[in-house]
Amino acid sequence: MIPHPDWRVLHGWGGTAPAGARLVRTGTPEAVRTALVTAERRRVIARGLGRSYGDAAQVAGGDVLALAALTGAVRLDAEAGTVTAPSGARLGALLRLLMPRGWMLPVLPGTAHVTVGGAIAADVHGKSHHRDGSFGAHVNSLTLLTPDGTAHHLSRSEDAEAFHTTLGGMGLTGVVTEATLRLERIASTYVVARAQVTTDLDGTMHALASADAAHRWSVAWLDLTGGCASLGRGIVEHADPAPLEVLPPRALARPLAPRRARQLGVPPLPVSVVNRVTVRALNEARYALAQRAPNASIRHIEAYLFPLDVLDAWPRLYGPHGFLQYQFIVPFGAEATLHEVVRRVAAGPVPVALAVLKRFGASEGGPLSFPQRGWTLTLDLPAARPEVLGPLLDGCDDLVAAAGGRIYLAKDARMRADVVPAMYPRLAEWQAVRNRLDPEGRMTSDLDRRLNLSGRHG
Amino acid sequence: MTDALGRTRGVLVLGGTSEIGLAIARALVGRGARHVWLAGRDEAAMHAAAEALRPAEVHTRPFDALDPASHSPAIDAAFAAGGVDVVVLAFAVLDDQRTYEANPASGAAAASTNFTGGVSAGLHAAQALAAQGHGTLVVLSSVAASRPRRSNYVYGAAKAGLDFFARGLAEALRGTGARVLVVRPGFVRTRMTAGLRPLPFATTPEAVADDVVGALDRGASVAWSPSLVRWVAFALRVMPAALLRRLDRRR
Repeated sequence: MIPHPDWRVLHGWGGTAPAGARLVRTGTPEAVRTALVTAERRRVIARGLGRSYGDAAQVAGGDVLALAALTGAVRLDAEAGTVTAPSGARLGALLRLLMPRGWMLPVLPGTAHVTVGGAIAADVHGKSHHRDGSFGAHVNSLTLLTPDGTAHHLSRSEDAEAFHTTLGGMGLTGVVTEATLRLERIASTYVVARAQVTTDLDGTMHALASADAAHRWSVAWLDLTGGCASLGRGIVEHADPAPLEVLPPRALARPLAPRRARQLGVPPLPVSVVNRVTVRALNEARYALAQRAPNASIRHIEAYLFPLDVLDAWPRLYGPHGFLQYQFIVPFGAEATLHEVVRRVAAGPVPVALAVLKRFGASEGGPLSFPQRGWTLTLDLPAARPEVLGPLLDGCDDLVAAAGGRIYLAKDARMRADVVPAMYPRLAEWQAVRNRLDPEGRMTSDLDRRLNLSGRHG
Repeated sequence: MTDALGRTRGVLVLGGTSEIGLAIARALVGRGARHVWLAGRDEAAMHAAAEALRPAEVHTRPFDALDPASHSPAIDAAFAAGGVDVVVLAFAVLDDQRTYEANPASGAAAASTNFTGGVSAGLHAAQALAAQGHGTLVVLSSVAASRPRRSNYVYGAAKAGLDFFARGLAEALRGTGARVLVVRPGFVRTRMTAGLRPLPFATTPEAVADDVVGALDRGASVAWSPSLVRWVAFALRVMPAALLRRLDRRR
């Protein structure tokens, strides 16, 4: 009964809500154009490395364009300090080319396994957001193929409206085939990382705020398994580029070397190993280790920025039902909402396997970009007990929306459509430009159909 | 599509006046489903049932298990609107075993509804689910399919066939994104079983619906309702024939 030889069952990084679709290999811009034009009335979405957690890079019953295949020549312009790369290029692969030449991408997310196109579509952010803004702020220009097969060259001076609609546009404006990114010079690929242990949520937030003022990268890991008094205790980590004079001799010999990555695999597991006991034990161990760790350490930037990349396919730890990543932002001043969400989720039906807090600064972004000034909290939760977890998170969505915050679309797999307009007040403006680029509404994803982002699935 | 927490948007009930089918639809509406399609013969009864399905939007379609030509239009109409996440194959008829024995044509007609109709409607629904790349076909089997018994072997034979068919269909759907859930309820108190003496662990349509929603959440391929019935079925299968006869005679 498989409808087509290229039919595949796809899901997001969280492993939830699988969907069957035709997976079309698109290794060249011409192949993308052909796939778009010949899809006729079928629904289409581009997919990179499948790192969005929910249903953003799939469209059940439609055509999914495999853009991770669109790699090839990369052009480095040392004078302008830019790189032009095909949209399927993996950020990790770009770093491998750039770092030995003394260049780096200023904004990197928590994994190197995302494509340039995916980073643009989700307008990803990193631990330096308070200083550098999001990925989109460093995109100089991009080439967008709309479903009619037309290539548009977009930048802040060429159809700026369409450019910004595409940044953070979740792939719904067309398919990005190439982008030119602004780079920064580096002296070494090492950072000086420091960690500070805190005893409760207020302490963590306070320490993070002071770290932001002084450091390039900052993030806080929270322990949400403890009782009321220690809830939200954590480790505030901050880091800065390492000057050559602090490097140990071995690093100094090759200061611009990329990291030789060793990856451990996780086999498919029949059941989840993430439960209250294991989560509690890991949190205790991590906290205890941090208390004993030396104050400062020299680390490779890839090891510092991409901590989970050492473990390939780590979502398998959650077993066949997968997990949710609940990431929201609330503006500064809405700390009470942050506390309330933490309290509710920590008391909820499933353990919080991982909780990460970060402060965002000002952001250029697009109308549908997630980042705004404020506190962003990311919670990894097993996708279990849906009858309790569903209403719990729905209630948190309402709190976040009422506080002027929002949920990150690239992480979402369960939000209700009716809260989206409150979270993304520029949605109508975004829809108008999107509809100009794709008047027939061919670009769509399961995320779009679930949340009615394009306004065509009401 | 269903979301990460299994919330469905739309349900199609084949056998739109089936009490278990409607109970499943109500349970899914309680969990957020917004559209229900009822496909059946009795338009008036389906309209009456629609009241209990609010606030979901309810649509009805003519559908007759005995008329395979009616299957494709009813199913396609629901899928054309998009958003059918769950199809419940709920229709069945049950008459007294002795009526079937006295009038073989009535037995054949019951088998046609309960088995042949299920094959036709099940294949149409499976194809529609496969084409859209997601969704679950819920097939109502029965504990009566566990072992032939004097008191209900015509019904049991059709349900055994349907159960076998549904498990095969589940294999055929692997790799499409769509799935099959086979539900094996015990004795359920409904219009269909009115006048029969209930078996141990008799249950209600609402309880079966809760078990079905739980099984959909787990992504299960088989659900017994109540779960203890699985052991009743096991006992029925291994019981010496003489003992089974004696139990049946006392009923």
